[in-house]
Amino acid sequence: MTTGTAPAPTTEPTGPTVAVRHLLAQIGRYTFLCAVLAFFALPLLWLATAPFDDTPTVTASLPRFTLDNFRALLDNPYALSSLLNSVYLAAGTAALVVTFAALAAYALSRVRVPGRDALLYGLLLLSSIVTGTATMVPLFELAFRLNLIDSRLGVILILSGGLLPAAIFILKDFMDSTPTSYEESARVFGASPLQIMRHIVVPLVRPGLATVGVWAVANVWGNFLVPFLLLRGPDKAPAAVIMYTLYTEGGQADLRLLSTFSLLYSLPVALMFVFVSSRYGFRFHGGIKR
Amino acid sequence: MVEGARPVTGASPAPDAAGLGRARATGFLVPAMVLILVFLVVPAAWTIYLGVTNYRLTGLAAAHPEVVGLDNYTRALGDERFRTSLLLTLQFVLGSAVIGQAGLGFAIAFALRDRRGPLRRVVEGFVLLSWILPSSVVAFLWIALLDRDAGTLNALLGIPGTAWLLDHPMLSIIVFNTWRGTAFSMMLYAAALENVPRSHLETARLAGASTWQQLRDVVFPRIRGHVLTNLLLISLWTFNDFAPFLITAGGPEQRSEILPVYVYKVALSGGELGFGAAISFVMLLINLVIALVYLRMLGRRKESA
Amino acid sequence: MSAITMRELTKVYPGGVRALDALDLEIADGEFFALLGPSGCGKTTLLRTIAGLEVASGGSVRIGERDVTNLPPGKRDVAMVFQDYALFPHMTVRDNIAYPLRIKKVDRRSRGSKAADTADELGLSGLLERRPGQLSGGQQQRVALARAMACHPQVFLLDEPLSNLDARLRLEARTFLKRLQRELGVTTVFVTHDQAEALALADRIAVMEGGRIRQVGTPTEVFRRPANTFVAGFIGSTPMNLIDARVRGDELSVARAGLPLPDDARGQVTDGERLVYGIRPEYLDYSPTAVPGALTGEVVVVENLGSVSLVSLDVPGEDTEETGPGRTSVQVVVAEGGEPEPGDTGWAVPRPGRSLLYRDGNLVTAAATAGVPAPRADAAARS
Repeated sequence: MTTGTAPAPTTEPTGPTVAVRHLLAQIGRYTFLCAVLAFFALPLLWLATAPFDDTPTVTASLPRFTLDNFRALLDNPYALSSLLNSVYLAAGTAALVVTFAALAAYALSRVRVPGRDALLYGLLLLSSIVTGTATMVPLFELAFRLNLIDSRLGVILILSGGLLPAAIFILKDFMDSTPTSYEESARVFGASPLQIMRHIVVPLVRPGLATVGVWAVANVWGNFLVPFLLLRGPDKAPAAVIMYTLYTEGGQADLRLLSTFSLLYSLPVALMFVFVSSRYGFRFHGGIKR
Repeated sequence: MVEGARPVTGASPAPDAAGLGRARATGFLVPAMVLILVFLVVPAAWTIYLGVTNYRLTGLAAAHPEVVGLDNYTRALGDERFRTSLLLTLQFVLGSAVIGQAGLGFAIAFALRDRRGPLRRVVEGFVLLSWILPSSVVAFLWIALLDRDAGTLNALLGIPGTAWLLDHPMLSIIVFNTWRGTAFSMMLYAAALENVPRSHLETARLAGASTWQQLRDVVFPRIRGHVLTNLLLISLWTFNDFAPFLITAGGPEQRSEILPVYVYKVALSGGELGFGAAISFVMLLINLVIALVYLRMLGRRKESA
Repeated sequence: MSAITMRELTKVYPGGVRALDALDLEIADGEFFALLGPSGCGKTTLLRTIAGLEVASGGSVRIGERDVTNLPPGKRDVAMVFQDYALFPHMTVRDNIAYPLRIKKVDRRSRGSKAADTADELGLSGLLERRPGQLSGGQQQRVALARAMACHPQVFLLDEPLSNLDARLRLEARTFLKRLQRELGVTTVFVTHDQAEALALADRIAVMEGGRIRQVGTPTEVFRRPANTFVAGFIGSTPMNLIDARVRGDELSVARAGLPLPDDARGQVTDGERLVYGIRPEYLDYSPTAVPGALTGEVVVVENLGSVSLVSLDVPGEDTEETGPGRTSVQVVVAEGGEPEPGDTGWAVPRPGRSLLYRDGNLVTAAATAGVPAPRADAAARS
């Protein structure tokens, strides 16, 4: 802050230019965000409009509102049953994954098993490289030999095998962060290991079990490849496969059926997402979905 | 201290808090391990075996497969279709994962970095929605969007009759996969950007650094680990992505036939299980390399932390 | 009868860490007993071994007439309060207190009313339907105590019962705990690293180090006559002064001053022998003028401790061939009003009967051969 000497002309941007640059940056930023929004919203528009349009086309347009299209669902023999199949596959896999992963994670967390960290990382590595896509040939072969072709149990078992390593990993983390003094305390009072499980451990890790359950359901609900490979008839196929057959097979697709079915099939995961994000905040931890 | 009497601090390692015992603990592990063994380990090992046979879905070689050694592999290397497929997969991974998902994801996260409120929630909501919807649904959404005659895109652009899926199949599935998978990168970078101290950015701004210079000098050095993690994971997932099959089914004329689709067509549609297994094994090896690089990097980050 | 007897008790962790080293200890029926020592001394392991949460590698534990060495924790008839209280967060206070009764298959109704009774005794009656997360630290501790009391065990085991409370609450809880134990009359063993807590609460204290017991005694015994220099340094809010000394005929030469030999040591020491002289700062009287039989030196530091001050005197060390004339520091507790200024010369007069002598780290007493643990190199080196 010297006075007297005239300040030398600087190359620093003076007041107005800074403001202009700032304004331009803001405009650029909002333009970009609007473009992003358009890019991500555009394909979804059709899903929001077509089911309620009385003459749906593949173009997204303002619908002439009707709910008649949902009747098409009832007319199709496989639409509703495929959703039930999806529920069956998702529930079965989630139950299996949660139960088995919880048991294994508990044992790994609480009992010293030699080489347990190596085992865990090995399994995780394995599950990330042995994807359904890379092993579709042997999986098909295996299902054939085990008589699991066209069996929903086969789909459940194969999906569970793929999800288990990551589920064990998530749950072990959860159990490691739970103090052992709860269990020890119950043990001093004379509780048996199974009582400790039932009274103490399961209630304590319930949020972890819920997380893994939701994650498993989300994975199975959208999975196309495994049921597509293993299930033969449309009566057992889940919604993912029926959806695909609706627009690839049988000439002209019935857009009324396709649009309502898409919406109905998408709704559960969207609701689950809203629930999870409102309850726990959908921030980043490891990803709810791979 | 007396020899062998090293201090054991307060809460000693409790080997078995619930009194489970070795036997019961083993019993707890068995069901999960059996499933993993049968449906993860066995298929991986079997791929190796099947890859050296001439096993087919039907016909003579279905009943009596013969070991043909490395024939499948030499055949694959000489096969124009396989090499093209490998090249297309490379394009797919580079275009949709590395450039598309990671680039767009970072850009969105950066544009939203100090935003709160409805704009951020709406943008994030749509990006996430495209990620969580079932793949067979979003595949049809894109078919509808890109439809030659009545597609929304052509209507908007005013160029009806452009057959995107026929004329530009690779571009279509690359843009599709970018749209589908950007959410993961966006969230990872959003978390990473929150770890960049404000004071560092402000120091750079006071020194007169442009946005680009701030990114290069302040932001990237702080989030290098996140970038690597992100790139490896999305490369692995994109490499194994089967969803493009739902849109183009590899066509037209195998012009969008990435490896997963190629394996499916050769092995399960074409019935050449042995040959398909050999290609699968190549995929497993590539997966393994990506995963090992990733683990190696995680280990190094843990050491330096 | 629920005395606790431990014989040759040993615990070796996988990897060869010896947490308990052939330990013998008897805790009387109804006693309030403290296990005291620095972290890593094995006190928590000992408590957990009594509880059955750790399996002994050797030796035995008896509770009353029963050998419980190989019994699981639930069959030992003990109750344990953990450092973090381990209150089950998903259960109400009532369900927490009633949990031991639930395990004993008491029906829901009577266990609920019993829990309410116990809660009443501990002043928790209004809190029965709350969850542990909604309670203050002091309330949580009382719920943990109530849960331990609910099953009327033969023995209470408390792991650092006061460490999770803030300083002010801790004093209150200490008084509460002592009164509760007196009223219940149940044998109680507690672990602490805080010597003041042990002195204030316990009927007897075992001071532990390196998996062994260095001294067992009443708080008075342990404070006044530490059996070795380790205990001398560990017990007391200010550690004992330990100064090199030499026997010269009937007298003891300490820091160039001649002090009378302690009565205990008469006939136990030889002329010219080098020993360590121990005196607590509380048992030294400060004098600003010269007094015979006193340690003297320059006042270097005066620390105000409230009602008293701690004065450090710089005194000459014992002149030995190896070290030559060194300097050493003596601390004196001075009552308010008599504090000197730094730079003054002061005299510290030992009170009669409070001086102690240590040979190789162990107290020299008339009964020097009785039950004193073998000398240990590290303990001697501390002085």
